[in-house]
Amino acid sequence: MPTEVLMPALSPTMEKGNLAKWLKKEGDAVKSGDVIAEIETDKATMEVEAADEGTLGKILVPEGTADVAVNTPIALILAEGEDKSEIKASKPSAQQKAAESAPPAKSEKTEAKAPATPVPKSQEKAPEAPETKVAADPDIPAGTEMVTMTMREALRDAMAEEMRRDKDVFVMGEEVAEYQGAYKVTQGLLQEFGDKRVIDTPITEHGFAGLGVGAALAGLKPIVEFMTWNFAMQAIDQIINSAAKTLYMSGGQMGCPIVFRGPNGAAARVAAQHSQDYSAWYSHIPGLKVIAPSTAADAKGLLKAAIRDPNPVVFLENEILYGHSSEVPKLDDFVLPIGKAKIARAGSDVTLIAWSMGMTYALKAAEELAGEGIEAEVIDLRTLKPMDTETIIASVKKTGRAVTVEEGWAQSGVGAEIAARIMEQAFDYLDAPVARVSGKEVPMPYAANLEKLALPSVAEVVEAAKAVCYK
Amino acid sequence: MAVAKKSPNTEEPAAPEGPIADFSKAQELDAYRMMLTIRRFEEKAGQMYGMGLIGGFCHLYIGQEAVVVGMQMAMKEGDQVITGYRDHGHMIATGMDAKGVMAELTGRTHGYSKGKGGSMHMFSKEKGFYGGHGIVGAQVPLGTGLAFANRYRGNDNISVTYFGDGAANQGQVYESFNMAELWKLPAIYIIENNRYAMGTSVTRASAETNLSRRGLSFNIPGVQVDGMDVRAVKAAGDKAAEWCRAGKGPFILEMLTYRYRGHSMSDPAKYRTREEVEKVRTMHDPIDMARHRILERKFASEDELKKIDADVRSLVNEAAEFATNDPEPDTAELYTDIYR
Ligand SMILES: Cc1ncc(C[n+]2csc(CCOP(=O)(O)OP(=O)(O)O)c2C)c(N)n1
Ligand SMILES: [Mg+2]
Repeated sequence: MPTEVLMPALSPTMEKGNLAKWLKKEGDAVKSGDVIAEIETDKATMEVEAADEGTLGKILVPEGTADVAVNTPIALILAEGEDKSEIKASKPSAQQKAAESAPPAKSEKTEAKAPATPVPKSQEKAPEAPETKVAADPDIPAGTEMVTMTMREALRDAMAEEMRRDKDVFVMGEEVAEYQGAYKVTQGLLQEFGDKRVIDTPITEHGFAGLGVGAALAGLKPIVEFMTWNFAMQAIDQIINSAAKTLYMSGGQMGCPIVFRGPNGAAARVAAQHSQDYSAWYSHIPGLKVIAPSTAADAKGLLKAAIRDPNPVVFLENEILYGHSSEVPKLDDFVLPIGKAKIARAGSDVTLIAWSMGMTYALKAAEELAGEGIEAEVIDLRTLKPMDTETIIASVKKTGRAVTVEEGWAQSGVGAEIAARIMEQAFDYLDAPVARVSGKEVPMPYAANLEKLALPSVAEVVEAAKAVCYK
Repeated sequence: MAVAKKSPNTEEPAAPEGPIADFSKAQELDAYRMMLTIRRFEEKAGQMYGMGLIGGFCHLYIGQEAVVVGMQMAMKEGDQVITGYRDHGHMIATGMDAKGVMAELTGRTHGYSKGKGGSMHMFSKEKGFYGGHGIVGAQVPLGTGLAFANRYRGNDNISVTYFGDGAANQGQVYESFNMAELWKLPAIYIIENNRYAMGTSVTRASAETNLSRRGLSFNIPGVQVDGMDVRAVKAAGDKAAEWCRAGKGPFILEMLTYRYRGHSMSDPAKYRTREEVEKVRTMHDPIDMARHRILERKFASEDELKKIDADVRSLVNEAAEFATNDPEPDTAELYTDIYR
């Protein structure tokens, strides 16, 4: 039976085009790949190639014809041994076949006639996003010794413990090895694990982030340190497009067990390019987990969890918090669940929601508020994605009032997201609109007085809390 | 890594000795069949795109078949392959199933990515194929990371990273070159120079048009190869692989090749003449040349080649049939595979 050549579509949205030119004439021999015609739209031209070997038996649409519908047979190719007499006989079925192989979404008419192609389900309603339950923090046995250490030390211990446990874990980044870390977080790791596993990189964020992702796709478990998250903007394509999306785009085949970590947020007096909070940026991305601890214990337990997690994790530390000391339980294997917030201080009048550096403002504000008779409940989110909405909502149902605290900018910020979730899930429990305390919408200024103004303050948190309490 | 402290690499690969070695009968016939499979697969994909069964971008590999087929012949079990979006040929060459590839092109359940990746994003851990990447140049650090993993594990596998002449101008390529040589990673970089990046010719985009020289300042050896001759590709691939497996670091092969079709399916085609395309097609087609050699050396008769053609055609037709009738993914798949 002669083979039909159909009017092709140049793009999924094209419905018709012009048959500009026939490059072969009836009776010409053609072989697979030969250009036989040229078609065009207002945007592009395309060459129609013969798909089969044979003779161009008949041209059905002459050159110069405008607005030829996609999938219309435009010519017939005769196979070896067939002759022109076969053309007539095959004609009715030609039309039918065109309809059958028509694209699923092109027009309702062809769709109805096309049993071979499954009906597109695009009109279906999206299913509900599945809910995930996160385990509570592990119990710390009574009598466990508590060790006071800085967050810097806690992070180092977390990496060292995981590197001892799993030889696939390695650390790479600028100055992580011989220099012992730009902020001394990797202190001593080179000495213990050697230069095969503690690797100084050139200053090539985009390159080494991508190299880390490649190593993770191959099954290793890299910890990629960014000297600060400000510089990771050069690598953000690899973090989002390669690390976060590959599992999905591979239908679940290619996991990417990697941790990207480093100091985030405002440092002191370094101005706009070195002082920025990326909480909102990364917590926007499906496929990433985002952690931002405020205490040494949380930093340790969550970094260990992040290293073990089979997904890409963005671990946002804070330069100012590195030096803060707090108690860490002395346990052989202290791992905390990712995705679980913590009530850092219980209260009944207003809920303050913060993470990382924001917690220092929130806790001090709660202290001051207590002096004025307002009992604030302070939630430390610890993980930004997945966000523990349950803990937030339970608290707001109790207090009826909420204030979010973040160093980042308000627009499209994490506070905005929290406010939206409270509005969606606890609207009837609210006694006042949710208030946001955030960084001012300016690049970070250098001058000491302006920098202070650009950042949230304890006073602003106190003021916002009082305002939602109508006091 | 320990090797970073070694003095820079000053060894140069030996100059090619005389003409390209001929293939054995089995090699010629295997390479012919594989190149033809890719060609027919791509032609079919083009037709299915034209029928609206394939959506979005669809970049065909027609004309460049000898590059991936020759390179695959230089690889061994456990080696890894990674490339950009013009990836169908690489997948077929690594031995991925044509049905699964075609069903991914049509966005169906049994596509390699369950229909969630499409033409540009497919993977097969089993076959060592690491994608399938849509961001020009992004596969280069990733491929370097695959080589890093081989080095870290101390095996003697290599990674083969393919990218285009356009991608060769991306900064991350040079960040990768530097690390690969610094740490002596077993990475072969294949620059598929098909003369154009979309509508921009190499001469309009590259200050140094001999792309094999792009590794010079990193001390990475580079060689230009006739990418239309599968034997030349295999020979160059063997040398590069030997170099990498010996722990001497990365190697660059610039494959001089050509794409016959437009960049994607929709292409204004105003940046080159039809004569230019026709000239390559009639004088340097990798498949025609292989066919000619086979007949000349009497490795197969016309009839035996016809039989191969028919086999290939039916394999491709089955793939197309499968990909047309396979159902779309279940809507429950919307939320799977985001996290493990
Ligand atoms: C970072 C980035 N910039 C631009 C594009 C759009 N784009 C897709 S392919 C392409 C041309 C690449 O040409 P080349 O590297 O020579 O590969 P070829 O298409 O010839 O195989 C461009 C500009 C992209 N996908 N990613
Ligand atoms: Mg190109």
